[in-house]
Amino acid sequence: MNATPTTLDREENVEAFNLVDPVLLKELRVQMLKFAVLQLSDQQLAEDAVQDALVGALKNAASFNRKAALKTWVFAILKNKIVDILRKRIRLKETTGFSTDGEGEEGQNSLFDKKGFWQKEERPGAWAQPMEAVKKDHFWLVFDTCLNELPASQARVFMMREFIELDSTEICESLDMTTSNLHVLLYRSRLRLRDCLEKHWFIKGDRS
Amino acid sequence: MNCEQATRLLSDGQERELSFKEKAALKIHVLMCSGCSNFAQQMHVLRDFAQLYTQGGRDDDKK
Ligand SMILES: [Zn+2]
Repeated sequence: MNATPTTLDREENVEAFNLVDPVLLKELRVQMLKFAVLQLSDQQLAEDAVQDALVGALKNAASFNRKAALKTWVFAILKNKIVDILRKRIRLKETTGFSTDGEGEEGQNSLFDKKGFWQKEERPGAWAQPMEAVKKDHFWLVFDTCLNELPASQARVFMMREFIELDSTEICESLDMTTSNLHVLLYRSRLRLRDCLEKHWFIKGDRS
Repeated sequence: MNCEQATRLLSDGQERELSFKEKAALKIHVLMCSGCSNFAQQMHVLRDFAQLYTQGGRDDDKK
């Protein structure tokens, strides 16, 4: 249908691109792509969505003096694109059945003892000032690393639920999954993510 | 109720309304268990983190 190639105003874009650190841009693109591929499980669709989001954001690049601001902005655009694609997919019932077989169960079991109580060294500590952490760029690197360490099926549902803010019904329809499966995956993803954040950011010394 | 069951309910509580019975059992466990009490708070913190990750820096600008 829309066969017209979306050749954007080159001149303008080149100028905008120059305002953004190329290394940062490359990193950002990798992060976005990873995020989009996970959500859409389609490389081509994901690349298109990322490209659109970046171009859209860079048009206004001049107004981003902080890289954190640029990042949140492009992710917000990307998120909207992914939601559109996923919703469309749900409507078309083009489900892409993902398997969730036993992924990542081992990790969970080591957190609790045989009776289901916290292993001593795994017991969650108090997080000191989490809302101060979010102001630091390094925190978000840790956060990304922790997300990347989740098994793919867990990361996918966590992002759909918490980043894209789809509700349970939408996620279940889109992934062709039962509610109880979804809740198990979300539970495991939260267990792991909080464990990783605690170990790599909220230092154990903080528990008292 | 053990910690595994408590944390599962704390996660599910982000997805659905817990029953009165579930809430009561959970409350008793969390009162006695510092690990699960911290976990409970962190469920909300995780959600805040996720929102900040994608939404135009609610807390991003200096006051
Ligand atoms: Zn407990």
